[in-house]
Amino acid sequence: MMANRQAIGTEYLIIGNSAGAIGAAEALREVDRHGVLTMVSDEPYPAYCRPLLAKYLAGERTVDEMLFRPADFYAQNDITLLSGNRVKRLELDSRVAHLESGEQITWNKLLLATGGVPIVPKMGGVDKKGVFTFLTLEDAQAIASFARNAGRAVVVGGGLIGISVTEALTKLGIGVTIVEMKDRVLNTILDEEASSIAEENLRQAGVAVITNHTVSEISGQAFTEGVVLDSGEGIPCDLVVIAIGVLPRTELTLNTEIRVNRGIVVDLYMSTSYPGVYSCGDAAEAYDFVYAANRVTPIWLNAYIGGRIAGHNMAGIRTEYRGGTTMNALSYFGLDIAAAGAVTPSDETNCEVISRRQDGIYRKVVLRDDVVTGMVFVREIEKSGIVFGLMRDRTNVSSFKQGLLADDFGLAYFPEELRRERLRTPGSGVGSRSAALGEVERLVSGE
Amino acid sequence: MNRVYVNEQVCMGCGLCQVYCQAEHSMSKDIIKAFNRDLLRPLPGLRVERKGPVCFPVQCQHCDEAWCVYSCLTGAMHRDMATGAVVVDRDRCVGCWTCIVACPYGALVRNTTAKVVAKCDLCPEREVPVCVANCPNEALMVGEDRCGSPNWDCHRVEGGTEAG
Ligand SMILES: Cc1cc2nc3c(=O)[nH]c(=O)nc-3n(C[C@H](O)[C@H](O)[C@H](O)COP(=O)(O)OP(=O)(O)OC[C@H]3O[C@@H](n4cnc5c(N)ncnc54)[C@H](O)[C@@H]3O)c2cc1C
Ligand code: SF4
Ligand code: SF4
Repeated sequence: MMANRQAIGTEYLIIGNSAGAIGAAEALREVDRHGVLTMVSDEPYPAYCRPLLAKYLAGERTVDEMLFRPADFYAQNDITLLSGNRVKRLELDSRVAHLESGEQITWNKLLLATGGVPIVPKMGGVDKKGVFTFLTLEDAQAIASFARNAGRAVVVGGGLIGISVTEALTKLGIGVTIVEMKDRVLNTILDEEASSIAEENLRQAGVAVITNHTVSEISGQAFTEGVVLDSGEGIPCDLVVIAIGVLPRTELTLNTEIRVNRGIVVDLYMSTSYPGVYSCGDAAEAYDFVYAANRVTPIWLNAYIGGRIAGHNMAGIRTEYRGGTTMNALSYFGLDIAAAGAVTPSDETNCEVISRRQDGIYRKVVLRDDVVTGMVFVREIEKSGIVFGLMRDRTNVSSFKQGLLADDFGLAYFPEELRRERLRTPGSGVGSRSAALGEVERLVSGE
Repeated sequence: MNRVYVNEQVCMGCGLCQVYCQAEHSMSKDIIKAFNRDLLRPLPGLRVERKGPVCFPVQCQHCDEAWCVYSCLTGAMHRDMATGAVVVDRDRCVGCWTCIVACPYGALVRNTTAKVVAKCDLCPEREVPVCVANCPNEALMVGEDRCGSPNWDCHRVEGGTEAG
């Protein structure tokens, strides 16, 4: 990139080029076709799908096959993408971003969609060859080339990222041991029951799972030769992946007036405490409707929707975020799980749990004052979306809560009024085909 | 955007819409072959719900605020700009099922063999979707959606902008 002391001027500046950034750019362009839009990312690629890193590592997808949008996306939307370039520093009062390349960009509206950084614990030997994190394409490429000569791996952390890298390594024929500090894998996403099903499934796939322990040291000379657990037990391996979590990437807010708690604090318009500066995604701490508080919920959907809300607001359409919560679909080692919200009830007295387990199929909902606040579906996940929809809408389900876990659960269980609202069909008093004509412009019916 | 509407009052839950949908999306496009001979019986893009006297099919609403699209981890689920229909690009879909958890209608199903998601595509090769055309009771209609889908991710609090 050419060094250029002259500042580039842009109406909208987006730092980041992933789920949140693309959500914002698409929303901006829905409203404002022409305002100058510049995106900066320190990763040297067009936006790619981070959750596909495991498929890349396993050799199932190439970089081209994991791009989030078609190749002409930036051109089609009049977006200047400065990739492989890091924003070093922001001057908020003069609205100038300083890039590593020496360029300066002045903005009118700014979005920090900077994502997260991996947590690397303080332990001996993390700088040895063969120790990786798993957050970027660069990480996956590094693991892929190292894995060719690796036979055994230890994955530190049994969360979503840990399980996903475990599946990829297993496909490459590498034996994996997961070391999880808490008493069960996927403990931030699943309840105990579902965690134990997932853990059993991992073991059946040949993965060793050690819980209640952590790695205190990585042993070896220049190269990794094993790990030592806090119990003193040693596990030989030549590859270690540290996957214990992600922290919001907030470096650009240092020494600025932007308020940061765990993540960059945003209001319901995705606006930070500094006027004209917005944030979303893994970097931000936005409203979680289940906890009725701002929380970091590092998932793709929330990044995209948060970006969308930010984009509309940046373009001048005042749009309020209704809040998001954690929501995940897991499909690893042939086991499908859907989970959302707070899956284990807090000990409040107004919470209620309804669950069913039968033939490996497990379903559970957590209710607070008859509103769904958490759900887990294992193996049969098709109806999870309807329940998640009720959760998002804060629908009072008292009249049909016993049906939520039925095999044939569906919109037929809803009270009639709610069902009609959802399907946007005429009320029962009308009932004739022509009644719907008010709502639909052109109707074609059976021949 | 077009979508299929149902009139619950005249649906008798016979399930023919589902049968025709499966046949239409089969290799042979022939009902008998699709159900008895095709190696992979296709998945229907709709589900007939029956509970007591109530019965009706549910299929994709091709929502304005399409949660399945917002949630898709790969960009496979998208709106076809020419037709406005929400469709899945089978080559890009990896079968992660995130869209299934996001869709409030339960309108998506897993094709576990191909590891891709299946849904109503409004029958792009036909003028009228096959379910609508073959409902013996004329309970199904296809038409332009003017009321818009419930706006579930957000609500606009003030309209109007100088931009654009
Ligand atoms: C292996 C893996 C599997 C996952 N699986 C799932 C899943 O199944 N479901 C799910 O919902 N989520 C999943 N996630 C999480 C999901 O990928 C994230 O929630 C999502 O990527 C967040 O998007 P974002 O736009 O906030 O930030 P990111 O995707 O983190 O992107 C931020 C970008 O900004 C760039 N950037 C940051 N600071 C600067 C700077 N100063 N200058 C220039 N560029 C900068 C970064 O380099 C990065 O490219 C997974 C993540 C990983 C790593
Ligand atoms: S699949 Fe579901 S969310 Fe997506 S457009 Fe159809 S009905 Fe709406
Ligand atoms: S299952 Fe396919 S269409 Fe659905 S979210 Fe995953 S990749 Fe997208």
